[in-house]
Amino acid sequence: MSWKKLLIPLASVPVILLLAYGFRTDPKAIPSPLVQKAAPEFRLKSFDGGEVSLADLKGKPVVVNFWASWCYPACYEEAPLLEATWKKYKDHGLMMVGVDIQDKEPNAREFLQRFGFTFPNAPDPGSKVSIDYGVYGVPETFFIDRHGRIAYKHVGAVTPAIMEAQVQSLLQGK
Amino acid sequence: MMWQHDGFPRVRQAGRWLAIGAACLLWLGVGTAQAAGSVEVEDRTREIASELRCVVCQNLSVADSPSDLAKEMRNLVREQVQQGKSREEIQAYFVSRYGEYVLLSPPKRGFNLLVWGLPFLAIVAGGGVVYLVARRWTEQSPVGRSAVDPAYAERVQRELRDREKV
Repeated sequence: MSWKKLLIPLASVPVILLLAYGFRTDPKAIPSPLVQKAAPEFRLKSFDGGEVSLADLKGKPVVVNFWASWCYPACYEEAPLLEATWKKYKDHGLMMVGVDIQDKEPNAREFLQRFGFTFPNAPDPGSKVSIDYGVYGVPETFFIDRHGRIAYKHVGAVTPAIMEAQVQSLLQGK
Repeated sequence: MMWQHDGFPRVRQAGRWLAIGAACLLWLGVGTAQAAGSVEVEDRTREIASELRCVVCQNLSVADSPSDLAKEMRNLVREQVQQGKSREEIQAYFVSRYGEYVLLSPPKRGFNLLVWGLPFLAIVAGGGVVYLVARRWTEQSPVGRSAVDPAYAERVQRELRDREKV
């Protein structure tokens, strides 16, 4: 008869395990299937009239940042770090591209001016590039290695420590 | 022989009217075919979009969400439908970008089978438990014959008979 007494605690073990798993994962975090895969190609017309394309940056590590002027405060927190990283590492071969999504052009230009972005930034008409990259919010940042593979994806504002570590690993990677 | 500009005016006129009529018919035909095509594309777009999760919403499909991203996703689905891509191909594209999370109902394979199978398993198991418990209740019921003392039953029967005689 003792096994019957054990039945209820035993039956509750899988339930508790399931709950423990469920409550410890963030339901809003969507793991990207693109990490460690080839970064989707894009060709966009930048705000300064030029063209930005991933194919043209082949052989260089690239940081692609998705932002929007309405994305407050995360994008505003992150912006100075992006520009500082660009200035620090552009001579080491790093490329940085900003993709502005679902924005109004005057607001976007104001944002660019406010933070004095000197790396290429481009709007994403029809959110095509954003969807191609599986973006579901701003900011999101993709670290692409020399071979055009996505090494790491960051959701939310990138912290200085993460930025430094990821850029270093991109630059060191062969 | 050269074409005479003023020759056979009636025939020429009839020809002109015929040409205009034919053009009208053609235009109408193309118009309706296009309309029918766009209705079909819209239906197909809606059908596929309703199975995709709007990634910026809580439990809304791409077909139902008013968000900008969902709108762009619908446009993308429509574009791919117009390119003649199948439902599976379009779903595969979104899964390759957002993972299986983007599908509102998880595909019926692997670990996901648990989600589809467990409810039915639970119903069967629950039915089994109810059956066993119900059977035990009826077996142990004090109304059952074995529970009554035979001597007592005999006395009740006798007294009932005596009462009827009176």
